[in-house]
Amino acid sequence: MSNNTPDNLKYAETHEWVLEQNGIATVGITDHAQAELSDVVFVELPAIGKKLAAKSPAAIVESVKAASDIYAPVAGEVVEVNTALSSDPALVNQSPYEQGWIFKLKISDPNELSSLLDAAAYSAKLG
Amino acid sequence: MADQSSLLQTPLAEKHQSLGAKMVEFGGWLMPVQYSGILQEHQAVRTAAGLFDISHMGEFLIKGPSSEAWLNSVLSNDIRAISPGHGQYTLMPNEAGGVVDDLYIYRLEDQVYLAIVNASEIDKDFAWLQKKLVPNVSLENVSKDYAGLALQGPKAELILYRVFEGEFRRIKRNQLMLSTYKDHPVLVARTGYTGEEGYEFFCPAEIAATLWDHLLAAGAPFGCVPAGLGARDTLRLEACYPLYGHELSQGISPLEAGLSYFVSFDKPERFTGKESLRAQKDAGIPRRSVAFEMSGPSAPPRAQYAVHANGEKIGEVTSGGVSPTLKKNIGLALVASTHAKVGNKIEIEIRDKRYPALIVKKPFYNNIQK
Repeated sequence: MSNNTPDNLKYAETHEWVLEQNGIATVGITDHAQAELSDVVFVELPAIGKKLAAKSPAAIVESVKAASDIYAPVAGEVVEVNTALSSDPALVNQSPYEQGWIFKLKISDPNELSSLLDAAAYSAKLG
Repeated sequence: MADQSSLLQTPLAEKHQSLGAKMVEFGGWLMPVQYSGILQEHQAVRTAAGLFDISHMGEFLIKGPSSEAWLNSVLSNDIRAISPGHGQYTLMPNEAGGVVDDLYIYRLEDQVYLAIVNASEIDKDFAWLQKKLVPNVSLENVSKDYAGLALQGPKAELILYRVFEGEFRRIKRNQLMLSTYKDHPVLVARTGYTGEEGYEFFCPAEIAATLWDHLLAAGAPFGCVPAGLGARDTLRLEACYPLYGHELSQGISPLEAGLSYFVSFDKPERFTGKESLRAQKDAGIPRRSVAFEMSGPSAPPRAQYAVHANGEKIGEVTSGGVSPTLKKNIGLALVASTHAKVGNKIEIEIRDKRYPALIVKKPFYNNIQK
């Protein structure tokens, strides 16, 4: 079972990861999530400029079997999306924490970050 | 994950577990959806071989002096067309011309038949048939006694020879033979659901695990891998085989599904749904199942997405997804007959946006020699 969970990231219960740098949150799905979904064949990216509430659907990742919603871990405005996923959606499987990132948000309320799980808590949740 | 403890398990459940399969619910059964990955398993079946557990499928044994005439009265195809040692695809229609189930029936002896029905429909089918039973026919649900394995792919036959050795002689597509494995009877049929050459085995549940291990070990040097329901679905979609609940249902007729070949209006027996199907044929079949491919980049089409043409809704997608072989988004859709022409442009509605697609010839893929 894949459950690599880097210490420098924050995690949502819904299996997204967040890297916060200078008020910008980079968001992707965890190693565990990509292994559960397996074979990602399509990623629907959010529109740039879209304002998202925390825990609202932000993107859609489709595996061979099904479409899954990806949620905004914190509220914010979409400032960048990973267009490489349009031609190579399997990056989500191959490199979930680096090349497979999905979108970047300008964070509305930095306090929301504290509601996310740290690596230890997320790992514990996976069991 | 939902509670899996109430689900039925096949005799190969422990094998799937030790192979690290991802298990899911399917038709009341706990089944492997994938081992190494759907795309990898799909590719293995297309280029080498894959081994599937199909023990969830139901088996009914039908016997007796009136069995031939009775089967012809409850099934759409003509059972007289097959002699002992042959099988045929057929449908069990309802009175309205819809489909109770689709099945494979093997004629084991002159008056002995084995029907293979869909896992999720076993109880419904059995009750349906029991109600229609006549004297001099016996119907037995032997689903629990049988395990089923499917070895599919261009290397299947080579692997089969290594496992069954002298107990196997070459058979043609849709033929079957009674073989033995470790002194147990095994039905070997040259049938499948993948668009590749291959074989299906029906054997006593107690030898299923041994046979599974033996086939996998003998197949490994040829590139044979265990394959799950995920690959089974992408393979059958490329080959345009119907899946009950998608291309066929109580509300979709075999004629609409493009299965007229398996409906015999000429056989002497009146069969359930004959008049409805005849009327549909005479009046013009209202809808048709078509194959389509997406014309440009889009999310994969999925079942129940709306299909449009010239601004109006003309039907729905019944199955869809990525074709690993063609590297395209493909699907099957049930559309108004007036639009069901190869070469027609249609649109598939995916999350409130419409994407262009093209109706193409069926199947997308077939590697079976006629």
